[in-house]
Amino acid sequence: MTAPGKPLDRDHGLHLLHEMLRIRRFEEACVELYSATKIRGFLHLYIGEEAVAVGVCEALEPDDAVVATYREHGHALVRGVGAGAVMAEMFGKVEGCSRGRGGSMHLFDAATRLYGGNGIVGGGIPLAGGLALADKLLGRDRITACFFGDGAVAEGEFHESMNLAALWELPVLFCCENNRYAMGTALERHQAQTNLALKASSYAMPAWSVDGMDVLAVEAAARRAVTAVREGGQPLFLELQTYRFRAHSMYDPDLYRTKDEVERWKERDPLVLLTDRMRADGLLDDADLQRLEDDVATEVAAAIDFAERGTLEPVEDLTRFVHSDPPTPPGGTP
Amino acid sequence: MTSAPEVVTLTYREALREGIRDALRRDERVFLMGEDVGPYGGAFGISRGLLEEFGPVRIRDTPLSESAFVGAGIGAALGGMRPIVEVMTVNFSLLALDQILNNAATLLHMSGGLFNVPLVVRMTTGGGRQLAAQHSHSLEGWYAHIPGIRVLAPATLDDARGMLWPALNDPDPVLIFEHGSLFNAKGELPADAGAVDIVHAAVRRSGADVSLITYGGTLPLTLEAAEQLAGEGIDAEVVDLRVLRPLDTPTLLESVSKTHRAVIVDEGWRSGSLSAEISARLAEHAFYDLDAPVARVCRAEVPLPYAAHLEQAALPQADEVVAAAREVVGGHA
Repeated sequence: MTAPGKPLDRDHGLHLLHEMLRIRRFEEACVELYSATKIRGFLHLYIGEEAVAVGVCEALEPDDAVVATYREHGHALVRGVGAGAVMAEMFGKVEGCSRGRGGSMHLFDAATRLYGGNGIVGGGIPLAGGLALADKLLGRDRITACFFGDGAVAEGEFHESMNLAALWELPVLFCCENNRYAMGTALERHQAQTNLALKASSYAMPAWSVDGMDVLAVEAAARRAVTAVREGGQPLFLELQTYRFRAHSMYDPDLYRTKDEVERWKERDPLVLLTDRMRADGLLDDADLQRLEDDVATEVAAAIDFAERGTLEPVEDLTRFVHSDPPTPPGGTP
Repeated sequence: MTSAPEVVTLTYREALREGIRDALRRDERVFLMGEDVGPYGGAFGISRGLLEEFGPVRIRDTPLSESAFVGAGIGAALGGMRPIVEVMTVNFSLLALDQILNNAATLLHMSGGLFNVPLVVRMTTGGGRQLAAQHSHSLEGWYAHIPGIRVLAPATLDDARGMLWPALNDPDPVLIFEHGSLFNAKGELPADAGAVDIVHAAVRRSGADVSLITYGGTLPLTLEAAEQLAGEGIDAEVVDLRVLRPLDTPTLLESVSKTHRAVIVDEGWRSGSLSAEISARLAEHAFYDLDAPVARVCRAEVPLPYAAHLEQAALPQADEVVAAAREVVGGHA
């Protein structure tokens, strides 16, 4: 565990930087591939918010579950879904993690227990409660991390699920990625109470606010939070104050905020913050950085190559996975 | 009825309860959750006594949060449980529509086959009890529009008792619509009654002159209409759809190819309805077998009013079914 102010372990710092860089470079490639029309539909970029997924997921165990939003490339990559499978998904290829049926917004993976990729704001939150309920009923030592944005805090599904999770003492870590905009509507224009942790605390659960641009702060808070959820058997709310550097989606002309505001936030770019900290501590030099960049470039290139070489699902299989094949026998395991 | 050694007399409500009790006994992963399913015993008394027998972990009262608890059912199903979610009535299910449509029905396909949702959602449906516009919907036809879910409408004691267990063993989400007017219907069941088929429609009365096609709450009045028609020399066949999605088209076609005439009785509104879908299928697949246009008896296209005479005027009635059947049979009667 690494808390701000404490000595940072070099290898751990490099690992965190590597993870954030993977997301950053992967998504920068996505932008180019979108322009090249290899990726279509909605594409929501996480650039600027990388410290949140990296810091929180660092605190999770491999068999914990993640429920995320339509801005979930980072969560998928950090949880261990192959970059190739994610890219192939966006290419609409059958080798994609959802066989090309989900696209950018609906990444799923059974091995890493990634339950989407939900395109409806707030729509994944009730699911997280249910996954945690199953763990509780089956006596499993697992938790569910549920990511959503500040926009979701205005949805009824958020409030219903917070209440249910607290009432039933469900092991859910609610992770509010507060990037200050519900699509294009600023926080103070969509929330009467803009202190989201205060709001969440009314559901009788611990709620903390964290600097979501500082991956070390996020990781430290997440580790405490995950321990509290796992050992305390009750939910907890983390507000991660962050910012999206890019537009909401590729369709967004970004008219609702000033360039100055974006530039100010970029001064707190999570990659820059960690890089500066590590350099100041003498834990990182140009050669390290170049090595990380090279590693990531290789991974992204391989992912694109995998997606390019992918195949299209035969149209005859269009209606597969709507209704299942014959029912499992009574008493069968899921 | 079979020739089982022992027969019990019970109501539709009790048959539903026996189905739930049986499922809870058979499989530890099964639990029931919903509004007032615990100490209250269910808004319609269906779960009465189950809390005492199975305890509060498996018989769970929920807050009035349809979206959260239906969504929690989906999540619990994903997590390996076999939840029975009771939504008090179809009217309130609209508050959970996002979860039912965007998650339960969609996850398997959207995940490329990775995640099944073995969830059962039960709810009361229908009008006829002077509960006015917001508590009298028959929206099962709406739900039957959605790919990815199975939609069941038990109209008999056998189905009330026997549809739940196979529904829980379906790897995909199943919605069960229990009609409020049937709860007190009494009849006999073999003591060892169990699971029933949840794939096919059933011919409840065999006949040669006209097919009366219905389901759920309108089955009794349709059978009554068939009896009246018999007195007039018209031999009506009554087909109970049972499964509203996926529709058992072959059974419908088999009946209509025999009778050459069809009347569809559907408590839902006419426009864009299940009755419209069945009409279309008959037109597509049985056009040359039909001797008369398909007729429909549906709910009047109004929000259901409170006053008894207005409500009854808005709902399908046996005499309307008789009149429609006479019309399609025409000079052949």
